[in-house]
Amino acid sequence: MRRLFAILCCYVAASMVSVQAQEPVALTGDIQAAAMPETTPEKAPETVTSDSVETLLTKLTAVKLSKALPVLEKLETQGGAALLPMFKSMLAGDLYYIKSSKAVIAVVKADGKLTGRTVLGNQDLGVIEKKQIKKIRVNNKLRVFLRQAIARLQIGAPDAELRLLAVKTLLNSLNSDTVEILNSARASESDEDVRNMIDLALALHQSASPSSETRYAVVAVLADSLEKEARNKLAEIAEQDSDKKVRLAAAKALKKINERIEFYDFIDQLFFGLSLGSVLLLAAIGLAITFGVMGVINMAHGEMIMLGAYTTYVVQLMMPNAIEYSLWVAIPLAFVVSGLVGVMIERGVIRHLHGRPLETLLATFGISLILQQLVRSVFSPLNRQVASPEWLSGSLEINPVLSLTLNRLYILAFALLVFGLLLIILRKTSLGLNVRAVSQNRDMAKAMGIKTGWVDAMTFGLGSGIAGIAGVALSQLTNVGPNLGQAYIIDSFMVVVFGGVGNLWGTLVAAFSLGIANKFLEPVTGAVLASIFVLVFIILFIQKRPKGLFPQKGRAAE
Amino acid sequence: MKLKSIAAGVALSLGASVISISAMAAETIKVGVLHSLSGTMAISETTLKDTVLMMVEEQNKKGGLLGKQLEAVVVDPASNWPLFAEKTRELLTKEEVDVIFGCWTSVSRKSALPVLEELNGLMFYPVQYEGEESSKNVFYTGAAPNQQAIPAVDYLANDLEVERWVLAGTDYVYPRTTNKILEAYLKSKGVAAEDIMINYTPFGHSDWQSIVSDIKKFGGEGKKTAVVSTINGDANVPFYKELGNQGISSEDIPVVAFSVGEEELSGLDTKPLVGHLAAWNYFQSVENDANTAFIKKWKAYTSEERVTNDPMEATYIGFNMWANAVTKAGTTDVDAVEQAMIGQETPNLTGGVAVMNKNHHLSKPVLIGEIQDNGQFEVVWETEGVVAGDAWSDFLPGSKNLVSDWTAPTKCGNYNTESKECIAAK
Repeated sequence: MRRLFAILCCYVAASMVSVQAQEPVALTGDIQAAAMPETTPEKAPETVTSDSVETLLTKLTAVKLSKALPVLEKLETQGGAALLPMFKSMLAGDLYYIKSSKAVIAVVKADGKLTGRTVLGNQDLGVIEKKQIKKIRVNNKLRVFLRQAIARLQIGAPDAELRLLAVKTLLNSLNSDTVEILNSARASESDEDVRNMIDLALALHQSASPSSETRYAVVAVLADSLEKEARNKLAEIAEQDSDKKVRLAAAKALKKINERIEFYDFIDQLFFGLSLGSVLLLAAIGLAITFGVMGVINMAHGEMIMLGAYTTYVVQLMMPNAIEYSLWVAIPLAFVVSGLVGVMIERGVIRHLHGRPLETLLATFGISLILQQLVRSVFSPLNRQVASPEWLSGSLEINPVLSLTLNRLYILAFALLVFGLLLIILRKTSLGLNVRAVSQNRDMAKAMGIKTGWVDAMTFGLGSGIAGIAGVALSQLTNVGPNLGQAYIIDSFMVVVFGGVGNLWGTLVAAFSLGIANKFLEPVTGAVLASIFVLVFIILFIQKRPKGLFPQKGRAAE
Repeated sequence: MKLKSIAAGVALSLGASVISISAMAAETIKVGVLHSLSGTMAISETTLKDTVLMMVEEQNKKGGLLGKQLEAVVVDPASNWPLFAEKTRELLTKEEVDVIFGCWTSVSRKSALPVLEELNGLMFYPVQYEGEESSKNVFYTGAAPNQQAIPAVDYLANDLEVERWVLAGTDYVYPRTTNKILEAYLKSKGVAAEDIMINYTPFGHSDWQSIVSDIKKFGGEGKKTAVVSTINGDANVPFYKELGNQGISSEDIPVVAFSVGEEELSGLDTKPLVGHLAAWNYFQSVENDANTAFIKKWKAYTSEERVTNDPMEATYIGFNMWANAVTKAGTTDVDAVEQAMIGQETPNLTGGVAVMNKNHHLSKPVLIGEIQDNGQFEVVWETEGVVAGDAWSDFLPGSKNLVSDWTAPTKCGNYNTESKECIAAK
């Protein structure tokens, strides 16, 4: 086993060298329809006089992007809360106008069709043809304005969460106008979180007060907050305030906040580590069966992952209107596809090379190249776009300094689930019993009437199928292309060898400890050095303990 | 038996075609195309090969050059850097081409360069690069750092009032050199060292969690922050995705990228990218008659859904300039064409005129665009006039005093203005 690992290490080193030599690769991606450049209207009114909302909206369709801001400002003062839906759809990039009538509408895409609604009055306009309408464009400057305008208008929203978001957005743009809005909102505010946030905003505004008593009180309010605005203000006060008492109080508060942040940073990094570990676990767990339990060095394992990812892509192609559910279809399908390919490889090639590990290694390496080329020929060498469902994007915000990204969170849970299921299969089912019997003593198992050939095929299929499931998860994190598997094969072997061949629990521990080690090293050494250090550590570790963290004991180990 | 006869037939016809090619060779001007058609770079470089072939076809429709037809000779260096040198040699000695359009990566250019200089070939290099080079045998039609990176930083500092900078890049020569130049430039503008964060990641990096979280923290300290990204290749997709997931929008921390263009965006889910920026000398969305005509031709030559991008424009400009220089020189002789090239003017696709300078770099306009959700760019800023490409950066101590001037009497790619001598001649 040690010699094989040395070969693998050589392979790693070689692949690293080749990576170093690579040069700018343009972002891959297949080519989709690109809109022809559209002509911007020539007219650009320089000044906006006081107009009705309707004329302002018409004006918005005609002005240049750089001149749109004054129009929007006028719209906010003229239209007020009635324009909230329009501002929202403009921020989302869903605002269009009908070319013939210059009427501004919000367009929603559903079931592959565009439907329009008037922005004032919210009337349904039914299905709209793409060529009838033209988009009202936005840039970053307008987006900043829109976000703040929405916040100003939404401060009286019935939903407390929206109000909280509104106040948070206003933290960046505190002036006498917004403070007035906040003051009046505070009087009628019932939700405690929102009230606290308003207090924070008011405190931030008061920090410039000439009275040192007020500033002292401000520091006390800011000290309780983890918002970055509060922290920055405290740092400013601690350095610049004229009153020593206020300065000291600010410095003390800042120290406390920083201690809290440090703690949350640690949790953050731990989560990153667990998340990387869960990816490693998913990638390696299939290999833990084929390599760990069966002892087959399967260099095509990465391609099983790739096939799973491509299955997700094909599923999404088949059901373009139900991306939200596509993953649930893709998971069993990927298992079946990769599992079947696995069974075919086992029956067709590996079975004939039983007991000849080097030949198996070479043969499966060949298979991996064939599969890659197959995918290149069928799907093109370009990366494929796999969409992320809505429920997988965004993050779970625990407090202003700690938020966990949802996709990572789900994948962590998913990896553990797959691990649990696999454990149950191996421990509690008759297939599991057979697998363990065959891997411990093939001849004896045969003598007991177990169809070893069938068990081999099923085991290999199971390992490959699980690799396919890993591919579905990875398609949400990384690029789906012919080289997807190559990026994970080395990591997978590393995890299995480090954890101890043939031991699923070892794989679990190894995956998470490598993930966490990598993530705690990364801020210190940088991403490139971190992975090198981890690799060097494993090589040294294997020298000392060739059988990994949890070696198999007993006769079966020989 | 049947198989054998088919094979014989194929062999015969192959032989015949070889003969016909060599028979034609006498009356044609040969244009070498040295772009990878397989391997990692195929995705980007195949587009440029098609562009050259389209230009050749068009030139032939116009009657060729000097009364001769043009003939494209396409070779495949297969994204294999040493093979670029071999293929260059093959093009120059065996095929005896008069000009080569080729290379994408800096390392492939560096590989072909000694062969070009040894055999006195002529190459047009159409991609933005890190500068610090000037060869008699190469014309650089892509952007030098002062035509892409520096204006982008100026835009962020002046228009968006950015005060803190994250320089994030893939770990290899182009990002490292560009970031070195940018760091020196920012410091010369009075940016403190603690307001610059530099980060390198390996090729194909996919786990951006901690880096994006670091950027978020770095940007949360009260000063407006921007990311200047020289991240290359498909690592960009998970990077932008992670930015979106961690709730960093383009209004909070804009990312300006130097390697993300229309081709790269096509086929991506651009939702998380909307509002982020890219700096180039060309965008497909620029409204100009020449551009509209070019896009139309390109779509007719390839297919409706193809997009155009900056290196394609650089190829277009390079090809037109070369055609004009050959006409002016009246020959395809490398030395004559090289001298005729300097001062050549040809219209840009985005309006205005590109000029070939004495240092073999172009004067071009610089545009900054915001990514839209249709995968195109909306131009938000452009330079007043054109910017002359600078072969040797003024912000690096090693190249501050160097200039490149290929006209007589200097005729030197790295002339030291302080010691008044040509380094290459020593």
